[in-house]
Amino acid sequence: MKVRQRMRIVVAGHGPTAHRLIETLVERGFDGTITVFGEEPRPAYDRVALTSYLSGKSVDDLTYRVPDGVSVRTGVKVVGVDRAARTVATDAGYSEPYDVLVLATGSAPFVPPVPGRDLPGCFVYRTIDDLDAIREASRDARAGVVIGGGLLGLEAADALRGLGLETHVVEMSGWLMPRQVDEGGGSVLRNHIEALGLTVHTGAGVRSIEAGPDGRVAALVRPDGEAVDAQVVVFSAGVRPRDELARDCGLEVGERGGIVVDEGMRTSDEHIYAIGECALAAGMVYGLVAPCFAQAEVAADRILLGSAAFTGADMSTKLKLLGVEVAQFGAMSGALDVTYMDPVAGVYKRLFVSDDATTLLGGICVGDAGPYNALRPFVGRPLPGAPSDLLFAGAGTTSTDLPDDAQVCSCNNVTKGRICAAIADKGLTDVQGIKDCTRAGTTCGSCVPMLKQILVKSGVDVGKALCEHFTHSRAELFDIVSVRGITTFSQLIAEHGTGRGCDICKPVVASILASLGRGHILDGEQATLQDTNDHFLANIQKNGTYSVVPRIPGGEITPDKLIVIGEVARDFGLYTKITGGQRIDLLGARVEQLPAIWRRLVEAGFESGHAYGKALRTVKSCVGSTWCRYGVQDSVGLAIALELRYRGLRSPHKLKSAVSGCARECAEARSKDFGVIATEQGWNLYVGGNGGFKPRHADLLAADLSTDDLVRTIDRFLMFYIRTADRLQRTAAWLEGLDGGLGYLREVIMEDSLGICADLDAQMERHVATYVDEWRAAIEDPDKLRRFVSFVNAPGIPDPSISFETERDQIKPVLIPLEAVRS
Amino acid sequence: MTILNETATRTDRWTPVCSYTDLLPERGAAVLVGTRQVAVFRTFDGALYALGNFDPFSGAYVLSRGIVGTRGGEPTVASPMHKQVFSLVTGVCVDDPGVAVPTYPIRVTDGTVEVSVV
Repeated sequence: MKVRQRMRIVVAGHGPTAHRLIETLVERGFDGTITVFGEEPRPAYDRVALTSYLSGKSVDDLTYRVPDGVSVRTGVKVVGVDRAARTVATDAGYSEPYDVLVLATGSAPFVPPVPGRDLPGCFVYRTIDDLDAIREASRDARAGVVIGGGLLGLEAADALRGLGLETHVVEMSGWLMPRQVDEGGGSVLRNHIEALGLTVHTGAGVRSIEAGPDGRVAALVRPDGEAVDAQVVVFSAGVRPRDELARDCGLEVGERGGIVVDEGMRTSDEHIYAIGECALAAGMVYGLVAPCFAQAEVAADRILLGSAAFTGADMSTKLKLLGVEVAQFGAMSGALDVTYMDPVAGVYKRLFVSDDATTLLGGICVGDAGPYNALRPFVGRPLPGAPSDLLFAGAGTTSTDLPDDAQVCSCNNVTKGRICAAIADKGLTDVQGIKDCTRAGTTCGSCVPMLKQILVKSGVDVGKALCEHFTHSRAELFDIVSVRGITTFSQLIAEHGTGRGCDICKPVVASILASLGRGHILDGEQATLQDTNDHFLANIQKNGTYSVVPRIPGGEITPDKLIVIGEVARDFGLYTKITGGQRIDLLGARVEQLPAIWRRLVEAGFESGHAYGKALRTVKSCVGSTWCRYGVQDSVGLAIALELRYRGLRSPHKLKSAVSGCARECAEARSKDFGVIATEQGWNLYVGGNGGFKPRHADLLAADLSTDDLVRTIDRFLMFYIRTADRLQRTAAWLEGLDGGLGYLREVIMEDSLGICADLDAQMERHVATYVDEWRAAIEDPDKLRRFVSFVNAPGIPDPSISFETERDQIKPVLIPLEAVRS
Repeated sequence: MTILNETATRTDRWTPVCSYTDLLPERGAAVLVGTRQVAVFRTFDGALYALGNFDPFSGAYVLSRGIVGTRGGEPTVASPMHKQVFSLVTGVCVDDPGVAVPTYPIRVTDGTVEVSVV
């Protein structure tokens, strides 16, 4: 039998484009080997979000996850290609054979030949190492200059400003961002930026960079002789493709650089591809992330013997720089144009149309990018309305019908047709589903509002209608219950719904009523709304028994209490297991045993705990500064306080939390819905983390908070989530779906942009003040106790269908064979 | 585990199981009739229904602990285990009509709920 040799792919360079290539190959089931060489000391990371590294994101946050089975060699650079032998040589001294080589070496910042450009204090802005160096140099600096007023230059200027430097931007051409905006847009942009305190020099070159007595950068001298005080200089004057590997091994390169590739991203050697900023594709070197990703996908497809082609890409851009929205799409000129300019509000919008004023050619927006989402898909098509109206088209007003071939997500080149097909074929019902299936909306996220509209148009109710009984979303029901002061499900469904509810809407309403402090969850009608776990205040197991998990706040427990748990488990014959939430699970309790178990626990000073239900579960902690020689704050004390504060809080889904006493993060706080990590100055608060099915690291919401500020911020975060999230939507998905994301969340709960903070605070105060031990309340109320029997007509008889065998010295349920019973 | 296969007789044999007021509106309760587990339900309008308590999807006797509601106007209960919904009227699983649980006659006599399992 002929054994096929597994294909060996070698990738030179490990940046975002290389990452997209290997991710695509792995996703599509490539079964050969992939070896990636990256010269940086770390795997690929999100370079588009580089600046966020200086404002608190960690390397970890930005780093892409390397797919399983791919071998990434960091800190190793490919230094030569032997095309005849099909091997690459590395600077680590060894060589690696390939069947297919992909060059993804990216680009290098262009540093113009200015005298003094090599002085200490001069930097480029491309890698995490560059940013570390800039941050270090900024510690003792007063002022900084960025040379280059393009997109990346302004990013760098924002970074310098964030580091506390007096910041200058020097741009050769007559206005800022000349590749994205015209002169009018540039002047509006300049006003915005100067209002932030930055100094802008346009139409200006640089004569030299001068050193001070310490040999470091001290000033930049303009051609007119004027000196600008600066201890840090960042060059951001464009990039040059890194094509030297290709040149050295004789591959064809462009006159002005870039490895020449065909529309399949193949170089002049059929075994070698080039993608990303080192490639000259369709006559151009692309520097934006979206076309580079498209190239990576085309190359992956070709390697897998497909026929995808890269024939050029939309260079449309929408971004927010220094707080200013800037967008450009389609052409930057046209026979006719319509311009709106409001210097007071700092808004500039211009649309270019064909000479007969029927076809949209392109547009530029500064200060309000609203028209971008609405109009970009119409480039080259008949205008969807009067041009002057379109200038004010916001994301919410696109009721116009897009054609199927209109590109909705330009980052990932996804058309409306493909999204509609995915919705229909796969039965997608939410934006997350579209993201998972098509990648639309996963890069910059600006098309997410449009994805929602497409869902609506496809007849999907966008998860808004909760079920057949309510046309409202969970958030809408929350508002109705809250504003109208509704206290019962019956009142709510009579006035706002139809039928008598179901297993979907009843627990939702029960949760809302509980969040709003409308009585014990088993009082009156509320009891009938609860899922079995909330109804029996314990967690149902596969054989119909329940587990009891005593609350151990923060995971701290005395030896005496530990012994009580052991005794209860022994006396009731329960199976015990240490959980991941720093408590002890007692399993195998029959319904009628629950009150007796709780009684024992209550007598010993415990309450049972929420190991079930949509509520706060636990707040884990490490031992913290009390014992740990690394700890900087009392993480245990805070975790206990947080668990006691938020226990019993009903929410759209379960809530998990943790507190770590130092940056080593032993409590794994960043995998939690809200996680706290101690700093020397206070606490860092992270939100939206998740373990489970789809892991997500929590995002830094605020740094170095005092304990009071921390608690207030968590209060508001939780209450805002409880008010606005969908049913069964964890904080991770909620945060990802939140229009405006983390920035918006900060505005709402830290700057009170909606004016609701006092309300959120009051709601949480009420929760804390009215919290009762639900289990104690149940055992003290004969009415509630009556339901804790296996059979109402035979209260003394345990359920005969429940039996156990022994495994590893503990009980194990004997399961009823399904088939036999069914027949 | 014994599989029960009692032969039905032609006359209903009513067994009193609890008082009507023992049942919460829109909630179920399990009762033991002989060796058989029956889930009895009282709906919002006061009507009573009786199904087998056994959940054929999970293999546990738990249907009485499910949430009672309606589907298109028909009274239902959702299994507390994996949320399959059964009609209280027919016992048929609304989500998977190939599966059904037994239904039993149920009535109230002088405030006492009675079911017939034969």
